[in-house]
Formats: sequence, structure tokens, C-alpha cells
Amino acid sequence: MSAAVSLRARSARALSWWPAWLLGLLVLAAIFAPWLAPMDPDRQNLLARLKDPGFETRGATYWLGSDELGRDVLSRVIHGARVSISVAVLSVLLSGAVGVAVGMLAGYLRGWVETVLMRLVDIFLSIPAILLAIITVAVLGPGFVNVILVLALTRWPRYARVAYGQTLAIADRPFVRLSRAMGAGTPRVLWQHILPNIAGPLLVVATLEFGLMVLFEAGLSFLGLGVQPPMASWGAMLSVGRNYIATAWWIATFPGLALFLLVLSANMLGDRMGDVIGKGR
Amino acid sequence: MLRFLLQRGGQALVAVFGVVTLVFFIQRLTGDPVLLLVPETATEQDIEAMRVSLGLDRPLGVQYVEFLFDMLRLDLGRSFVQNAQVWDILLSRIPQTLQLAAGALVVALLIGLPLGLIMALTRGRAISRAIMGLVLAFQSLPTFWSGIMMILVFGVWLKWLPPSGTGTLAHLVMPSIALGLLSLATYARIMRSAVIDELGKDYVRSARARGVTTGRLVRRHLLRNSSIPVISITALELSQLLAGAVIVETVFAWPGLGLLTVQSIASRDFMVVQAVVLLGAFVTIAANLAADILYTVVDPRVRLTGKA
Repeated sequence: MSAAVSLRARSARALSWWPAWLLGLLVLAAIFAPWLAPMDPDRQNLLARLKDPGFETRGATYWLGSDELGRDVLSRVIHGARVSISVAVLSVLLSGAVGVAVGMLAGYLRGWVETVLMRLVDIFLSIPAILLAIITVAVLGPGFVNVILVLALTRWPRYARVAYGQTLAIADRPFVRLSRAMGAGTPRVLWQHILPNIAGPLLVVATLEFGLMVLFEAGLSFLGLGVQPPMASWGAMLSVGRNYIATAWWIATFPGLALFLLVLSANMLGDRMGDVIGKGR
Repeated sequence: MLRFLLQRGGQALVAVFGVVTLVFFIQRLTGDPVLLLVPETATEQDIEAMRVSLGLDRPLGVQYVEFLFDMLRLDLGRSFVQNAQVWDILLSRIPQTLQLAAGALVVALLIGLPLGLIMALTRGRAISRAIMGLVLAFQSLPTFWSGIMMILVFGVWLKWLPPSGTGTLAHLVMPSIALGLLSLATYARIMRSAVIDELGKDYVRSARARGVTTGRLVRRHLLRNSSIPVISITALELSQLLAGAVIVETVFAWPGLGLLTVQSIASRDFMVVQAVVLLGAFVTIAANLAADILYTVVDPRVRLTGKA
């Protein structure tokens, strides 16, 4: 009996983490895109342009319809997950690494390092992120790598703030002072003692930032400043779909839905993680 | 109080100076800012002539100091593409963006604050969780998608509202909602935690013990005492709205600063792009400063601790 109860309780708990499952599913779809997608996302078929969802031709079915060049929307949505997720992951890693390093140094070394670095953070935070991203792309030019660089440049201060505050809170703890007294250098203290202890809140920020990065990439691509065609990006698909909204609603609807689900799962997961960490404290 | 104002104002000035410097160096990320200003068809000679006429052949330090002085005089320069003063171009677009931001703020406040209040009062119950889910969903909605979907449903299918453009109040409805949803989520969450904070305080418990009804409690005490975080977050939201306008204006062909930015990038009008970014940053800095000052005015306790 008790086994059944605990099983139910356990499955209920597993279900309450549905954002993690959904996120995992989307990541899997991105990884296995070439095997999952029914068609080549870039193959054009000018005889099958702007067809309704479910349209069939010569044995192939366009389950989510076709776009203005006769490409399969479903295949492009699946491949779009690759672009979205890889840009978001890479920019989170890059901005996180820079931001955390800056924040920890400022919080641990204090003094003029703290003043200079944290003022720099303030300055970056006074430019609305999307505007900073836009002006930088306008200078560097669009493209996959540039988008990642720009997003990292725009978002590192967020991590710096959190890492700074967390580091301040534990830098004076006995175990940190002890290790310093025993001759550990700054890199060693930061890496071995401080980083593991501030990782939790940083992970929450990174998860929320992941959702934001997905939105930013799609936004830049929507404005034509992101990933360039023919690479399948949800934002770029939405931009095309907007022009065909009166005649072919599916072109914009499905990539947007995928985008929404990805961002929603990341935000919900970040929220849950925040709750759990908050309780643990 | 005066010390606080001076200190806070000084910080804002440092931020302004930093932003100007940052923008100056971003211009030079590719090494040659002239390439940002000339049309793609320009010949070598055109580019060289432009470089000399703009003084971009001089040492970087000289250019930087001159850029600082231009900013001090609030001189944003000329647009070579539109052949007009950048200020005039901006001024012609600002009213539309303000309208849109105001519309979005109305949507966010009118819906977000009540939702936050309900969430706080029904904490722990299913309805509170349901609203929180809704709020999180709003937060995750890409504005360009929600905007396009609204155009599809209300503009194309139902034909209730004009799908894009400007002119009447009806034109303002969909862009305001699209832009306002994100701020709505922020307000709902802020309001929720502010009210929950207040609910835990002694005066609320003793008022309840005296038999004060929830409605009266909300009207007389909770709303007023929860207003401080709401005010300070509004300053931050203003700059969010300005940034969000870039995408919403593009979706709805709304001729404000956001659409101007996107058009200027397409037409390689870098002076205008730079001006919008600077404007956005200055508004953000000013709004933050205003929030901090308001904070001390509304809540004298902040002054005692000396930190806002």
C-alpha cells in the first residue's frame, strides 16, 4: 500500500517539474532535428507554396503547412529549435562566465577593483539591453556568431550583480578566511570556495536568462539583425509570417508557439528553482 | 537629504559619461566608423572625403573629446541619409512612442495591480496559483508573436480592430496590449509580494482582530502602503517600454522611435541609431534617479538608513 502512495506522491512531484520535462523535450528535438524533421528544412518546392496545414503532395505531408517558398513549416520549426537553443546556451555560458568572474572579483577583492567593476556594471545596465544589442549588431553586422557575442556583451552585468552580492555575503565566512590564511591565492579561493557556494542563485539567474536570450535572439532575427537566412530561425520565420498573416496564418503561428513554449518552460523552471533555493536557505 | 541627492546625482552623471564613452567605442568596434555612415555604393574616394569632412582622420583621443563636447551641447549631429538634424528626426517620432508607452502602462497597471492584489489575498489557494501561471505565461510571450496573433484574430478574422498603422484610438489598442503584457507581469508580481509583506505586519492583524473587513483594509491601508515598490518599479518599466517599443512598433507599423531605429539600421543611418540608444540610456538613468528620489520622499525611513 505504502509503495503505491509513495509512487503517486513521487509521480506528482515529478509532474510538478513539468517545465523541466518540456524544456528537456525541446532540447532533444533540437539535438535530433535532422532525424525528427520529416523534410529538409531548406528544400523549396515552388509548386507547394503557402499550402494549408495537412497539405499532401507526392507522398509528402506538410503537417503544419508550407511557407512562401514551399518549405515545410514543421521541419523548419524543429530545426529552428537548434538555432534558438544553441544561441541561448552559448550566450548564457559566455555572459555568465564573464559576469560571474567580474562579480566575484569585485566582491572578494573590494577596494578600487570593486568600485571600477561595479560602476562599469551600472553603466551597462543603464542602456536598455535590447537597444545595446541593436546598436552593436548595427556596427558588427548580423550573423550567428555576432548575435552570441552581442548577447553576451549585453547580459553579463546581470550575473555580475548577483555574483557580487553573493560573494560579499560569504567572503567573510570562517572557511574562506581560513583558506586564505593557509596561503590559498585569489583564483583558488574564488574557484574552490566561493564559486561552489554561490552557484545555486547563479543557476537560477542563468535559467531565467536562457529564456530571455531565446527571446532576444528571436527578436533580433525578427528585426533582420539576427541569424541570417536560409538558417531556420523562429524570429525570422515570424517576420516572414507577419507579411502573410492574412493569407497564411500558420507561417507565423507555429514558430511563435514553439518560441513561447521554450521561453515559458525556462521561466517556470527558473521560478521553481528559485523557490526551492529560497526555501533551503 | 541634500548629501543623498548630490551623491545620487553624481552617480547618475558618471553613468551618463560612461554610456557616452561606451557608445563612442562601440562605433569603433569594427575599426572604421565611416563605413557605418556611407551608403553601400560609395566609392573609395567618397569614403575618404567623408572621413576628412567628419574629422574621422584625426587621432582617436581628439575625436573622443569632441564627441563628449557634442554630447554636452546635446548635439546629436546630422543624418546623412535623411539630410536633416537628428534631433528633428527624433522629435517627430517621440509623441507616437510616448502614446504607445502610456497605453501600455495603462494596460499594465489596470490589469497587473488587481491581479497582484488578488494573488496576495488568495495566497496558497488554487486561484492564486492559476493567476501566477497566467502571469508567467504573459512574461514568456514574445511581443512580436502575441502582436501578430492579435492582428490575426482581431484584425484579420474578426475585423474588430485595424491591423496596423496609427491615427485613431482603436489603432492604439493592440500595440498597447502587446507592449503592456510584459510590464503587467512585473506589476502583478511586485504588487503580490508588496501586499503579502504588508499582510504579515502587526497593524493588519490588529485591524483584523478589531473586525475590519478585508475590503476596508485593502482600501485604507494595503493599497497605500504597497504603493512604494510600485512607484519605483514604474521608473524601471519606462525604459523597458521604450526598448520593447522597438519590436512592437515594427509589428504594428507604428511610426515611433522603435520603428525609426529599425528603419535607420536598414538605411544605414547610424547617427539616428546611436541617438536613439543614447536617448534610451538617458531616459533610463533619469528614471532611476527619479525613482530613488521619490522613494526617499514617499518613505522617510529610507532617508534614515541613508541607502535607497
